[in-house]
Amino acid sequence: METFFFVFVATFAVGTALAMVLSKNTVNSALFLIMHMLSVSGFYLTLNAQFLAVIQILVYAGAIMVLFLFVIMVLNMDEDEQIVTRVNFKQIFALLITLVVLAQLLYIAGDYSGILPDLSQQEMIAVGTVEAIGDELFTTFLLPFEATAVLLTAAVVGAMLLAQRNVNVEDEEE
Amino acid sequence: MIGLEWYLGVSALLFVIGVLGVLTRKNAIVVFMCVELMLSAVNISLVAFSSYMGDVHGMILVFFVLCVAAAEACVGLAIVIAIYRNNITADISKINLLRW
Repeated sequence: METFFFVFVATFAVGTALAMVLSKNTVNSALFLIMHMLSVSGFYLTLNAQFLAVIQILVYAGAIMVLFLFVIMVLNMDEDEQIVTRVNFKQIFALLITLVVLAQLLYIAGDYSGILPDLSQQEMIAVGTVEAIGDELFTTFLLPFEATAVLLTAAVVGAMLLAQRNVNVEDEEE
Repeated sequence: MIGLEWYLGVSALLFVIGVLGVLTRKNAIVVFMCVELMLSAVNISLVAFSSYMGDVHGMILVFFVLCVAAAEACVGLAIVIAIYRNNITADISKINLLRW
């Protein structure tokens, strides 16, 4: 059952990722990415990371992708871009680099021989709970956690400043 | 229980699909989405290691990666909007002002 679920989620994740990269329409790409994020949270569930599975859906599929779709809507990009109509040198080179990176990563992953501790199912489930993560986050990692708050505030202010319409003109009017 | 190397393999495959998208696509927003894809691929392997090692630190790192990804998407999309206003294009091959 578990293997079947893993194979299903893995196929779904790889399929939606490929569809996202290959689809011509930007909105379709964004919708495929939302489906991909859902399958990634399925991976987290098979790994007993309940908290991260929920956060993945809330933050990625909920917040970030809505932001992407809003920007696509604002920019009104409905023209289809041509991807693989004519194969040129650059694309072949990109494919070559991609295959080399894949070969390297798979080589390292297949060669992994680190000693994994012998954990019971109960201990693995206890790692990913909200309680375990929150306990560690608010004691050992309290300072990085607060720094994230500052980072997000700075990002929001910076985004507003960057996306503002004609800053100089508004200053002159005042 | 599925072996750890399967998670690492799927994670590597997804990362590489993201790399392919960044290298071949020309639409700036699709390039951003491919970067998000690469980030989530790395997150899968972090969570897999964390779960198999019985160590919660990997999951906390994933939490911070999510925060940084949110900030990055927010600022990046604002830059795309600013470029689009000035050049009326989101095609990154046509934005070559700093190219020598």
